[in-house]
Amino acid sequence: MCLAVPAKITRLEDSGQGTANYMGSEVKANFSLVPKARLGDWVIIHAGFAISLLDKKEARETLQLFKEMGAASRR
Amino acid sequence: MEVCGTHTVSIFRHGLRSLLPGNVRLISGPGCPVCITPAATHEAAITLVSEKEGLTLATFGDMTRVPTLKGSLQTAVPAPGSRIKIVYSPEEALEEARREPSRQVVFFGAGFETTIPAIAFTAKRAAAEGLGNFSVLPALWLVPPALRAILEAGEIAVSGFIYPGHVSAIIGAEPYEFVARDHGLPGAIAGFEPGDILLAVHSVLEQAVAGTPRVALEYSRAMRAGGNPVARALMEEVFEPFDAAWRGLGIIPASGLRFRERFAGFDATPKFGLARPGAAGRDLPGCRCGDVLRGVIRPEGCRLFGKKCLPDSPLGPCMVSYEGACLIHFKYGRTRRPSP
Ligand code: SF4
Repeated sequence: MCLAVPAKITRLEDSGQGTANYMGSEVKANFSLVPKARLGDWVIIHAGFAISLLDKKEARETLQLFKEMGAASRR
Repeated sequence: MEVCGTHTVSIFRHGLRSLLPGNVRLISGPGCPVCITPAATHEAAITLVSEKEGLTLATFGDMTRVPTLKGSLQTAVPAPGSRIKIVYSPEEALEEARREPSRQVVFFGAGFETTIPAIAFTAKRAAAEGLGNFSVLPALWLVPPALRAILEAGEIAVSGFIYPGHVSAIIGAEPYEFVARDHGLPGAIAGFEPGDILLAVHSVLEQAVAGTPRVALEYSRAMRAGGNPVARALMEEVFEPFDAAWRGLGIIPASGLRFRERFAGFDATPKFGLARPGAAGRDLPGCRCGDVLRGVIRPEGCRLFGKKCLPDSPLGPCMVSYEGACLIHFKYGRTRRPSP
């Protein structure tokens, strides 16, 4: 039900319906709850609805932090 | 306490408990909507599909396997012309109602704030299209009142919370602030990667040591502090809070949602003369899922765990749902070995 991994919007109609690529497969989704979403944006999808838009800058920073944590744990 | 079942999955899958020092313990909380939906509501769904003819009961896959004293949806014999359809979105149920106007379609979906906006959207759309053959059997739960109930009951000594990332993506950080303010406990909203959870644990410990409890936002890549206002407005338009009965937690003030007057026609409960939710109903004898949901015992503390109660023959929802603590402990807990 809850896809914890983000998906990338691959089709977005005016009605709010569309598709997203979730780990390599296309899933149908409703984007009405994230009106600011645009084609190519990353979203969190839950029960067929996109509920949240990913912030690319924050995502990059978190990824960097994870990398540092990984490096620290190997020291 | 990690509130969310998806966090529990991540913690176990990545063996995070074994990485933490002995004085830091993670306890699984009530964050499994399938589990906290009381027996009476699951039984109402079974009654509905076995007694009403020509009806489709659309529900999430996990819901069909929840055992009750009346069996499960999976073992139920549908009335003539009735069927159970597994969906992954409430919109699929709406689609079925459009396709077959002569058939009653009931969506039975358990969910927290993450799922509720989707259901609100679907009901509102059905209203706009005048689809009189669509309704919802509601099992809609709010997380913050449950945390309040756990803290007020004082049964377990919680020293901080890892708040659910996707519930928070909808409601934001504010609804948890009473935990820091009234109970002086730290907390952090977390994502679902192992790194996210460790960051949240770190933040909770840091707040505890410094004596500055707050609601830390450790998932800012996927949520805003204010949540999702579009989704929240929709929820508020369609539903209103009421004092709902949770499995194991009893009746919690303003912890469940029901349809507002304007949308009352979409509530399957009065429409089909089902018992009013509010009653918790009875669990299968010996099942301690309710105690597991309150964090009072670990799944291993249930006598039936891994013996009579197994994933193939579950005796409670906590062994059914992929977010259920018993299933997660069974799947990952026993294979975990301390590193050499
Ligand atoms: S192990 Fe089975 S019987 Fe025991 S609490 Fe969990 S679900 Fe219930």
